[in-house]
Amino acid sequence: MTVTEAPRIVTSRVGYEDSYTIDRYLATGGYEGLRKALSMTPEAVAAEVDAASLLGRGGAGFPAGRKWSMLRKDPVTYLVVNGDESEPATFKDHLLVERDPHQLVEGVVIAAYALQVTRAFVFLRGEFALGLERVQRALNEAYAHGAVGADIFGSGFSVDLVVHPGAGAYICGEETALLESLEGKRGFPRIKPPYFPAAIGLYGQPTVVNNVETMSNLPWIVVNGGAAFAALGAGRSAGTRLFALSGHVNRPGTYEVEMVKTTFRDLVMAPVYGAGVRDGREVKAFIPGGVSAPWFGPDQLDLPLGQDEVGQAGSMLGSGAITVMDSSTCMVRAAWRITRFFARESCGQCTPCREGSGWLERVMRRIEHGQGREEDLDLLLDVSDNITPGLQWPPQQTTICVLGPSIPSSIHSAIEMFRDEFLLHVKEGGCPHA
Amino acid sequence: MSHLRPDILERARELIALYPRPRSALIPLCHLAQEQDGWLRPEAMEEIAALLGITPAEVRGTASFYDMLHTEPVGTYLVSICTNIACLLGGGAELLEHAEAHLGIRVGGTTADGMITLEEAECLADCDRAPCVTVNHRYVGAQTPGSFDGLVADLRAGRRGDEIPPHGTLVRVRRSTGLQADPASVADERAAMAEAQAARAAAKEEGS
Repeated sequence: MTVTEAPRIVTSRVGYEDSYTIDRYLATGGYEGLRKALSMTPEAVAAEVDAASLLGRGGAGFPAGRKWSMLRKDPVTYLVVNGDESEPATFKDHLLVERDPHQLVEGVVIAAYALQVTRAFVFLRGEFALGLERVQRALNEAYAHGAVGADIFGSGFSVDLVVHPGAGAYICGEETALLESLEGKRGFPRIKPPYFPAAIGLYGQPTVVNNVETMSNLPWIVVNGGAAFAALGAGRSAGTRLFALSGHVNRPGTYEVEMVKTTFRDLVMAPVYGAGVRDGREVKAFIPGGVSAPWFGPDQLDLPLGQDEVGQAGSMLGSGAITVMDSSTCMVRAAWRITRFFARESCGQCTPCREGSGWLERVMRRIEHGQGREEDLDLLLDVSDNITPGLQWPPQQTTICVLGPSIPSSIHSAIEMFRDEFLLHVKEGGCPHA
Repeated sequence: MSHLRPDILERARELIALYPRPRSALIPLCHLAQEQDGWLRPEAMEEIAALLGITPAEVRGTASFYDMLHTEPVGTYLVSICTNIACLLGGGAELLEHAEAHLGIRVGGTTADGMITLEEAECLADCDRAPCVTVNHRYVGAQTPGSFDGLVADLRAGRRGDEIPPHGTLVRVRRSTGLQADPASVADERAAMAEAQAARAAAKEEGS
């Protein structure tokens, strides 16, 4: 098993009991990145982030530096941090907001300086009650410390941060839905184009939206230089990344690993990470990047944890959520539950997603409960094809946002990989695992 | 006569002042109202609407989109059990069935004593402690049927009060300071924004 010597960039403090306090933060190099950034020009800070080749850690994996460079020049621009972590089986930002909120605050102020933004909003999902407390407390301490607010550390640069709670809606993780929600509306994704809020975002003004983990990497990048970050990992996937490992492993948890140089097998099997499959069973299948991602079988375990590597193999690293299903798992039930999630969370704007998710859920339910027919498999694929034509990867889109084309991933994978299991449900009139 | 308590109103005004447009404070204010009442009473929605300069229908229409905002009463403790993929693999569906039987209610229901409302949750981002359970949005760690019964007994006896505060996810969240970057910034920002948008509209007009 490979466990590389890469430094811990965003999880260096999580071992401390008091990791979320300003005392611990300052004792472990906290706010040095911000001091250094303020001694540089904003352009130079942005150049370091560009040199780091930091891909956004939210799910889409767009280069953070490029996103910044697209920000339209306007007297009023905003920075919004996406902490609405809701992709099922993703729990990395949960760790960052509860265990190292100052790192997040520092990252946001650095980004605000690079972008010359004077107001930033940190949107955290409302269910993060403790996370909201910790980030607000850190922000209060940072104001008192002079690291946020007017004339930060005497530099003349000023920015205010506002912690904003969500209220429970998966769709608000989609950046334009998040902006709608932040405007006090239903979380309906906005019609594209414009594809990026950098042109028209919050209140119609140019806005950069970045993920919590993306922001949390910035203090280290500024202190150590973009080149040091880019030297980790390989190809387009630079640095380390947080992976949330869940399901049938002995040690589920959030692990920071060096990209590309670590494989799925390393993450699942290495004693310091997943420590193998529970009860000595075998991996039956795993989801490599959140429930929107197509599944992989055990033959893909040796794939490296790299964005392009996983993309070329027909899936995605997505939100960094890896879920392992062992040999005891009913794949029909697993895919049905994921489909039910999408049916519940579809915002309802677009017909293929709103209607399709419900139809798929009902057909999956009847198969799982023994009322399915053999033709249902074709029906599932046909409905799926109407949501995302061709059932290819990356998916085609018939909807405003990517929730729609994400719905069929699990069903399509389950049918392709475990057709016999579906047929057994039909033949036996119920779930053989029940 | 205000329905919202003076302390809640004061915090509501502090929150509104943080946003370039008041309506942005809608969700935070709904959380405050739930802190007071446990759910969004119609009187509270009317008052929020007045504070934000919008209609009560806009408040209800927005609130009803979100799982955490309740337009019907809920019990003292909202118990959420996740059954999404990681928790399904960890026994979440079986735990939910057990909870229904133990509490004598179905998902969405409230016990006769008004203490507990049971909810089937979508992923709550605590998947390494599956099946994930929260009470009033406080994580209580992975539960077994046995530990769940103990948790319920504790809640009913008021033994978890310190760890699990009442409704309102912002109950322990308070900003120590208003905006500091520039005291006039919100007004300036609103003016600059209006100007920029007028200029864009004019440019568009010219282009068409």
